[in-house]
This record gives sequence, C-alpha cells and structure tokens, in this order.
Amino acid sequence: MWFTSGFAHGVHPPESKELTAQLPIRRMAYPKEIVLPLRQHAGKPATLCVKVGDRVERGDKVGEADGYISVPIHSSAAGKVVDVDWWPHPDGTMAMAVRILVDPYAPQIPRPRMVPHWEGLSVDEVVQAVQDAGVVGLGGAGFPTHVKLAPPKDFPIHTLIINGAECEPYLTSDHRTMAEYPKRVHFGIRVMMQTLGVSKAVIGVERNKPDAIEALTRTIPTDLDITILPLTVKYPQGAEKMLIHAVTGHEVASGKLPVSAGVVVQNVGSAAAIAEVFETGLPLIERIVTVTGHGLTRPANLIVPVGTKLRDLLDQCGGLTADAAQVIAGGPMMGLAQANLDAPITKGTTGIVVLARQETRTERVYPCIHCGRCLDACPVFLNPSLLGDLARVGRYDEMTDAHLSDCMLCGSCSYVCPSNIPLSQLFQVSKAGLRRAQASAP
Amino acid sequence: MSTPLVVTASPHLKDRDSTPRIMWHVVLSLLPVIAVAGFSFGISALLVIAATTIGALVTERGFGRGDTLGDGSAVITGILLGLCLPAGLPLWMAVLGGIFGVGFGKLVFGGLGQNVFNPALIGRAFLQAAFPVAITTWPAAGQSFWTLRGDTFAFPFTSAQTDALTEATPLGLHKFEGTLTPLRELILGTTGGSLGETAALVILAGGAYLAWRGYLNWRIPVSVLLSTALLATVMHTVDPTHPDAWFMLFSGGLMLGAVYMATDMVTSPVTNTGRWIFGAGIGVLVVVIRLWGGLPEGVMYAILLMNALVPFINRMTQPRVFGTRRRVPG
Ligand code: SF4
Ligand code: SF4
Repeated sequence: MWFTSGFAHGVHPPESKELTAQLPIRRMAYPKEIVLPLRQHAGKPATLCVKVGDRVERGDKVGEADGYISVPIHSSAAGKVVDVDWWPHPDGTMAMAVRILVDPYAPQIPRPRMVPHWEGLSVDEVVQAVQDAGVVGLGGAGFPTHVKLAPPKDFPIHTLIINGAECEPYLTSDHRTMAEYPKRVHFGIRVMMQTLGVSKAVIGVERNKPDAIEALTRTIPTDLDITILPLTVKYPQGAEKMLIHAVTGHEVASGKLPVSAGVVVQNVGSAAAIAEVFETGLPLIERIVTVTGHGLTRPANLIVPVGTKLRDLLDQCGGLTADAAQVIAGGPMMGLAQANLDAPITKGTTGIVVLARQETRTERVYPCIHCGRCLDACPVFLNPSLLGDLARVGRYDEMTDAHLSDCMLCGSCSYVCPSNIPLSQLFQVSKAGLRRAQASAP
Repeated sequence: MSTPLVVTASPHLKDRDSTPRIMWHVVLSLLPVIAVAGFSFGISALLVIAATTIGALVTERGFGRGDTLGDGSAVITGILLGLCLPAGLPLWMAVLGGIFGVGFGKLVFGGLGQNVFNPALIGRAFLQAAFPVAITTWPAAGQSFWTLRGDTFAFPFTSAQTDALTEATPLGLHKFEGTLTPLRELILGTTGGSLGETAALVILAGGAYLAWRGYLNWRIPVSVLLSTALLATVMHTVDPTHPDAWFMLFSGGLMLGAVYMATDMVTSPVTNTGRWIFGAGIGVLVVVIRLWGGLPEGVMYAILLMNALVPFINRMTQPRVFGTRRRVPG
C-alpha cells in the first residue's frame, strides 16, 4: 500500500484522532428535550407542519421540504411539541426551530413504516424516497443528497466518488462508520450507483485509517466495481476538488461543479444514511458524532439524535475540563466556534471538538514577512499573502481578479502563517462583502 | 459554565511557528558566527557588533510602530550589519550604520515586512558611501583578543587615526595585486576581511540548522552558491587568470550574503521558482562585479539589485490557479 494519491500543497495539523479513533460507536441516552431547526441543509428551510401541543412519534415529520432543493425535517424522538420559536443555531445565527419535550416513557421505536424495495423503484422514485427521508450531505455543508443523485442530463457521469478522507483533525465519525458498518456503506453505494447509472465507484480514504480501508476492502460486493483508494494524509484532502483530483487526475475547472468533470461526490455518512432509508425505512433523524478534544473529560463516538443540545451531549461525555476554552461544531479547521451551548446538533454536525486553552490561537498579529508559507499551503494555488493585503484595505475588485472565488476557506493559509494573520477569516469577510456589493449593484 | 467560551472564526488551530520564533532562531544561529568573529578579530569585533545592534534597536524602539522589539528583526539587522564591517571601524560609525539601516532600510517603508531592501545592507551601503576609507581598512586577523583593531573609540567626526596592523582582503589582493590567497586560509578564516567573512563553515552550519527547522529557504543559498561556482568555473576555464570557483565561494562576504542576507524572507521572493531565479541572479551579479567592477567585492550590490527585482519576480512566478490556466496577477 505504498501508493497513495494526494495533491500538491496542503498542511499537516496535529491529527489528534487517537482520542477517539478506536472507540466503538455507542448510542447516547435520550436528552430531556430536543430542538429541531427547520434549516439544517443548504437550500430552502423546511416549512413547519406541526403545532404546539402536538404529539409526535420518532421519525414523524415536523417540517416539509419547500421545493426541490430542500428536505423535510423529522423528529428524532417521541414526545410533545412545546414551542416553535427562534433558537440559537450552531452556525451562529438564530433559526426557527421546533422544541420537543421527549417522552421519557416512550420506547422510542419508530412508527412501523413501509420499507420501499429499492430495486423495484424507478430512478425518480428513489430520488423522491431519499428526499422524503431528509438525507443531506453529512460532511458538513448539508447539501440535499437527492439533488446530487439526479444530475442534469447534459453532464454524463462516469464515476461516483465517496468521500471517506476525513481530513479534519480530531474527527473520527466517518472513520468509525467505515470500520464498523462497511456493508451499510457499500449498500448505500449500490443504491447510488444504480440511481446515477454509473458502473464505477471509488472510495477515497486517508491512509491513517487502515482498519477502515481493510474493512471496506474485505466487504466489497463482488458484482460491483468499487475501488478503495488510500489517500495521502494531508489537510484538506477531503475537499471536493482535491478528492476529485486524487481520484481522476483532473482538476475541476474554476467556478464549475464536479458534474462538469463527470463525477458525483457523496460523503460516507450519506451513503450509510441512504442505506438506512432502504433497510429500515428510517429517515435521517440521528447521526454519528465525534465528541472529542483535549478540553473534554470522556471523548466518544456517539449516535446522537438530531436536535440534541450541545450542553446535553457534552454532559453525557463527562463535561468540560477546567482548561476547556473553545467548543467547536465541526472540525477545528473549518468548524464554527459556539457561543451558546443551547445550540443543537444538526444533520451536518460531524463532530464537537472542545479545545483546551493552550491549543487556541494567540491574539498578537505580526506584519506579513513574505515567508511564502501560505502560498506553499494553499491547495488551489492562490496567493493568500497578496489577498490578505488587499482584504485589509477592502479592495474587493482586485481580490476577485486574484481569484478570491476559488478560495474554499479551508484555513490552511491561516494555519501556517507565522505572523498569525487571520487570512482565511479575512477572506470569509471579503466574500460576504463582495456578495453584498454584487447584490446592491444595479 | 463558569469560563466564557472563546469564539473566533475558523481555523481554530495554528502551527506553532511564529514570526518572533523564526527571527530569534536566526539570532541564535548567528551566535557561533559572532563567536568566530570574536576569535579572529578580538574584542573589537564584539564591540562593533554590539554598536550596530544598539543602533538598530534604539531606532526600532524610537521610531517603530509600537512594541516591535520583541519580534527580533532589529537584532538580526544589527548583527548582520556588524558582521559585514571591518573590526577596526570606529564605534560611532557602527552605531550610525545601525540607525540608518533600520531607519531608512526598514522603518520608512512602514516597518517589518514592508521594506524592499535588506536593512543591514542598506546600513552597510550607507557606511560605504559615507566613510569609504574607514570601511575598507581591514585589520589583520590573529592578534591577541584584547588588542583594539583600530580607532575604535574615535570621537565622532574626527578623522580616524589608524595605526593598527592592517591587511588587504583576499579579494582586494586578487583584484589589485593579482595574488591568490590559498583556499585553506580562506576556509579557516586566517585572512583579513570583515567580521563575518572569516567564518564560512560556521555560517554554512548555521544555515543548515535554519533550513532544517524550516526557518530559511535552502533554495536561495544553494542557487546563489551554485550559480557563482558555475559562472566562476566557466570564466576560469576561459581565462585562467580569473580565480576558480573555490576562491569565489570562500572569499569575501559571499557565504554570509548567500546564507543570511539573501534569505531574508521580507526581501526575497515568495515562490520557489522565484527563489531559484533570485539566487541565480545574485550569483551572476557577484561574479560580474568581482571580475569587472571597480570594487573588489560585489555581494552587497548584487543582493540589493536583486532585492529591487523581487516584486517583479514574484509576479512572474505565481503558480497557476487550480482549475484554470491562469496565474494570480501579482
Ligand atoms: S483558505 Fe483559501 S486562500 Fe487560504 S489556503 Fe484555503 S483556499 Fe487557499
Ligand atoms: S504565511 Fe503569513 S507571513 Fe508568510 S507570506 Fe503568508 S501572510 Fe505573509
């Protein structure tokens, strides 16, 4: 296994995955209350379909999909709707959310439902079933999965790529999924391959997860052309463009979608979620979350009901240690620091990382010394040093010319900058500023 | 929860290297070089280096933006400037060089990171222009440690009374008298010259340490030394009265320049291709100036000239943006 695929540039933050890499997935106990934001995916938020006082069973819809690029939201526990109001969202904003008091005596088995026999279904029916189950990309962005299963007809797809890179430090939820449920992953891939009409699938896995690679390789169905591709351990190996490059050798053209390169990329967790839909009929109401960090007492990989408040989840893991400083939803490179622990786990929450004080960034920023490290780190070959200079004086037009739009906010440049310049943070602000400027332009 | 949570934008992790850490490591790696200078030129060497460093620090403190002494860059400028001066230089000139280097070489551009030219070399160029005699009076190596090598404590602006033992530098000897100093003497540093000229091996070791830590880009010194050696070999073959590659490499300030001055991150290119070009340019200029220029030594001007080209080199060597056929416009 000396051969691995990778990309130029990138960075090597300490992985810190050893905290949870070998901990089997466990189910967490139900919290007393769950909070389900109606917006947990890219696209339009779901529209509310319950009212205060309603009794819901586990798996019942509380929100309907609003159009094609949207998915429904289901209750992750049996209980009573007690409130529908604005609530802190892990993305830092407030979002309309359904608050459900969990019935402590309910056995929490889902209402019996028809498991569609997928092989008898047409493509459209599979896509519909995936949408109805509320499946979205579980890697963080939360793009509705069914949309990616029905790409526009003018883009012929030749390969399905499954993203099992999990390049963010600390996170191990995909790792554990692949190592413990390889068959489920393969079954999800089977459904997706059939739906997309492709004969080839590649699972990209960073080679720091040999047990996952071994488990997946051992269980490849004999009738499917599925390849397991070990990838170089490097951040951001799991970025869509980097992964496609590693698998196909082609660069997705700037500003274009992966379908233009003839590939569709889905996350490992989404594959497992699709499998679950067609195995048990259960919609996406729980997910595997890595709860970890040097500021947490008992790190774990847990099956967590969507809507569990961060506070409850952290309590189940023994709570924060004395030197805990920062709670991050997602990985430490691209995740969001949380101000309010009442925010819930959403479908896109890959992990909760609690950083200890000494791991957090220092405040003092020095001038750019033109060391060039950021250029050597940027996976899409931009010049973050130059972009940073432009960002600080708000020259957005020149930033556009310097390919700001190709920046994927991976944070590699900020990670390496010895002067501690918040480069990708500046780019995030610039992108927002640029969007505002464009929106207000005539 | 008692402690408030830190909320900042991602990424939340940061590599441990910091700008002060890089700078202070450079200072650390220069300590052996200073020791060798002290060994060769005695107390005078240490006094000169102290004087340039004090000049640099006072200026940084007095005119810099805020509390910037801690980043270590002024100390580097001071030490490097000291290392390219002769041991017998009156101290008031050395202080002035430090002041000028940091003031006009760095602070007028806006401080650390903004300057185009290497501040130590700006200080050196100033001294060369202002005090052409004092700066080319080379005390001989190998006197006792406590011997002052020149009019060290001369009162400012009085004419220096040099009666110390002096010696021409190997490059000067070659240029003006046509004699070649043996390589062994060059490498061991038992020749006349500026403070840092006599410590080639220690300088190389310091550079190797910094390169290993990732605090110095090895491409620049390798490119400088390779191109110098190549061109010198070609010239030597064409006309054997020109010195050979070994003499070129180990004489004058080439080692110090290649390892410590050309690699200053602020004033060198940010791309690897650019670094090769930059280094090669310096090497070629050094040989050209040494062979055909009016001065025996050319490292300072070669680096300053290439410094001026850095923005251009950066622009020409930007990598192609992923998924496009285009470079980022510099
Ligand atoms: S955040 Fe943007 S500029 Fe920085 S390394 Fe990532 S892609 Fe490059
Ligand atoms: S890493 Fe930081 S200091 Fe180095 S060139 Fe980039 S922005 Fe400047």
